[in-house]
Amino acid sequence: MVELLRYRDDEPHDEPAVTLDSFLGQSNATAVRIESGEDARALLPHLGRLSLVEVSFPKFRDGRGYSSARILREAGYTGELRAQGDVLVDQIPLMRRCGFDSFAPEAEVDEAVLTASLARYDHVYQTAADAYVPVWKKRHG
Amino acid sequence: MYKYDEYDHSIVASRVEEFRDQVQRRLAGQITEDQFKPLRLMNGLYLQLHAYMLRVAVPYGTLDSRQMRMLAHIARKYDRDYGHFTTRQNIQYNWIKLEDAPDILADLASVEMHAIQTSGNCIRNISSDQYAGAAADELTDPRPWAELLRQWSTFHPEFSYLPRKFKIAVIAADEDRAAMRLHDIGIQIVEQDGVLGAKVFVGGGMGRTPMIAPEIKGFVPIEDLLSYLEACLRVYNRYGRRDNIYKARIKILVHEIGADSYRAQVEDEFVEVKKLGIDPPKAEFDRIAAHFADPAFETGLSDEIDRSDPDFAVWLDQNTVAHKQPGYAIVNISLKPAGGIPGDASSAQIDLMADIAEQYGFDELRVTHAQNIVLPHVKKADLYTIWQQLTEAGLAEANLDLISDIIACPGLDYCSLANARSIPVAQKIATRFADLGRQRELGELKLKISGCINACGHHHAGHIGILGVDRKGTENYQLLLGGSGAEDTSLGQITGPGFSEDGIVDAIEKATDVYLAQRGEGERFLDTYRRIGMAPFKEAIYG
Amino acid sequence: MKILTGNDLASGDVTWWTGDSWSRHVEEAIDVADQGEAIAQAEEGARRVNAPYVIDATQTPEGPRPAHIKDRIRALGPTVRPDLTLKPADPAAGSWVI
Repeated sequence: MVELLRYRDDEPHDEPAVTLDSFLGQSNATAVRIESGEDARALLPHLGRLSLVEVSFPKFRDGRGYSSARILREAGYTGELRAQGDVLVDQIPLMRRCGFDSFAPEAEVDEAVLTASLARYDHVYQTAADAYVPVWKKRHG
Repeated sequence: MYKYDEYDHSIVASRVEEFRDQVQRRLAGQITEDQFKPLRLMNGLYLQLHAYMLRVAVPYGTLDSRQMRMLAHIARKYDRDYGHFTTRQNIQYNWIKLEDAPDILADLASVEMHAIQTSGNCIRNISSDQYAGAAADELTDPRPWAELLRQWSTFHPEFSYLPRKFKIAVIAADEDRAAMRLHDIGIQIVEQDGVLGAKVFVGGGMGRTPMIAPEIKGFVPIEDLLSYLEACLRVYNRYGRRDNIYKARIKILVHEIGADSYRAQVEDEFVEVKKLGIDPPKAEFDRIAAHFADPAFETGLSDEIDRSDPDFAVWLDQNTVAHKQPGYAIVNISLKPAGGIPGDASSAQIDLMADIAEQYGFDELRVTHAQNIVLPHVKKADLYTIWQQLTEAGLAEANLDLISDIIACPGLDYCSLANARSIPVAQKIATRFADLGRQRELGELKLKISGCINACGHHHAGHIGILGVDRKGTENYQLLLGGSGAEDTSLGQITGPGFSEDGIVDAIEKATDVYLAQRGEGERFLDTYRRIGMAPFKEAIYG
Repeated sequence: MKILTGNDLASGDVTWWTGDSWSRHVEEAIDVADQGEAIAQAEEGARRVNAPYVIDATQTPEGPRPAHIKDRIRALGPTVRPDLTLKPADPAAGSWVI
């Protein structure tokens, strides 16, 4: 089992995440897993009771999960947002920008490489779901 | 033109270090080729037939002489003394070593250049009108809009793993010199009630399923443009097909669900996205636009040109275009010498073009989607001197938009995707029609050659198009007629069975004979084809 | 015959498997019979080659000739730039490709 990478201060959620279908069919689950082709907006009415959303990345080339993450963060979701699956170290900085704050990659991630990647860019061009201030805002105070 | 500030410099410098680290990890075996491939592609580095190939971005085709000289320097130092200008206004080097790539990127960064997103399933280099800022017919300079999009699309966190590549073109004239509607997103800057905004077309493209982009939105004000495009891209990222690489471009999504349904989804998404505050203030657009202010044109210059040298007069008529400023002209430098390789230039030629631009052209050059170079702002009084210098360097072929001004992809001589060679066909056609008088008699005739169905040579958009295919291990060439990448966009139709390399040249000659025999007053080849249809051409070619 | 080809990882040069190493010259390629995939995997793992693959070729007095034109162009170089091929002084080299 590869270690979970987490960028949150709260305790990890320990219940297993249920599928989207079972989540929508039962009222007490607080963790859900959405597949890359599933509509993250289906979760929007239930954000208040969610503490973990796990987004699946079946292949690293499948970028649908980046949009799922942003949609959830844009709607105000503040719980844990986890990227699970074929998640590569070079993708994690962009995933962080989209609002993911935990990662369950299938293969080992080199922590030294990851630390360097996350610290590499001092500036970004766009507003996204993270705390970076886009350069256009810095340019105009 | 745009100059980097400290932020742009910092971002590009970080990118160089990031790629240096990625290359080092690949060479050390810490990542596999399968994992490295998307990383190197997002920096324009391919593994081609003979070596690695590096594609360097020339944002919206605009360069200054210092950047142009750096391109020559890279050709000399790291490659084999030449580069290849592409249909997306970029330049490619064919003989790059992986271990040199980080140093090349560092050299590029020193002149505010990069190879960011020149490949991969992300938003590619934004292309534009090569006459931007100089054309007599433009509404405004489209490049500030293109630069805004360049910055927005660079390392976009949500759109770096799209279903497929994504190409955007921006123009601001009714005459379309950038094949705008054959892009994933085409933008034409238009005016409404005295305000400039973007008319947005989505879902065009060439490749194996060519499509002309339908209009999705008639007017998007600058204050909403990034939100609107973000909505366009998000709908694609979520719903574009990922099950079949050949159906993954946005044109297939728009075609399958219909433009109306796509538009409705984008409008819904726009409502959400607009709340996020991702659009920079107008002041940021104005900051960018200030970089594209007109150079200090002299006023009161004469438009008279001494035409006493007949060879010069031919070049003048064929390769120069009206400038918005009296006394100035736009110069096209053809990279299509008879029998040469379309789009290739030696480092000495690249240096010379840089020198001329610095001395006579307000230090500006453009790369065109037809694989030529433009000097956008030249005094008419300097044209003769420039022509003489170009002539000496083999750069004064007077064939702009004529049959030998051929767009050709690298084809099987260089490309691992190709099924047939493109360049030898281009050379044979240019040689067959070498007589300039004959070419001028044929008039505007855009001939475009692709060596495979991916259509990098824009064969669908050629008045005459050629598609190379592999027929049982032998190169074979299909002929298409009637395409256009201009404002009268149309897709060429295949004439019938394909030809050998020599056969295709004969077939083209027969097609041009039909045109000469049947043309009406003022008709171009394309106009005659549209009027009389395919049948007479088929009859002449196969009859 | 079957021969094994790929590119050098660092330089990108086209290379051919000679039995114990990689050569830039297709003439030195050997018949790998049914061992191509196994050799490719081992050599790629050792980073002595990138993107290796097995192709069909015919043995000729001058050495193996790849069955497909694409690999013949890889073996020689671009047909439109004889000066950049492995045989710049041999005007007949191009006809070997076609």
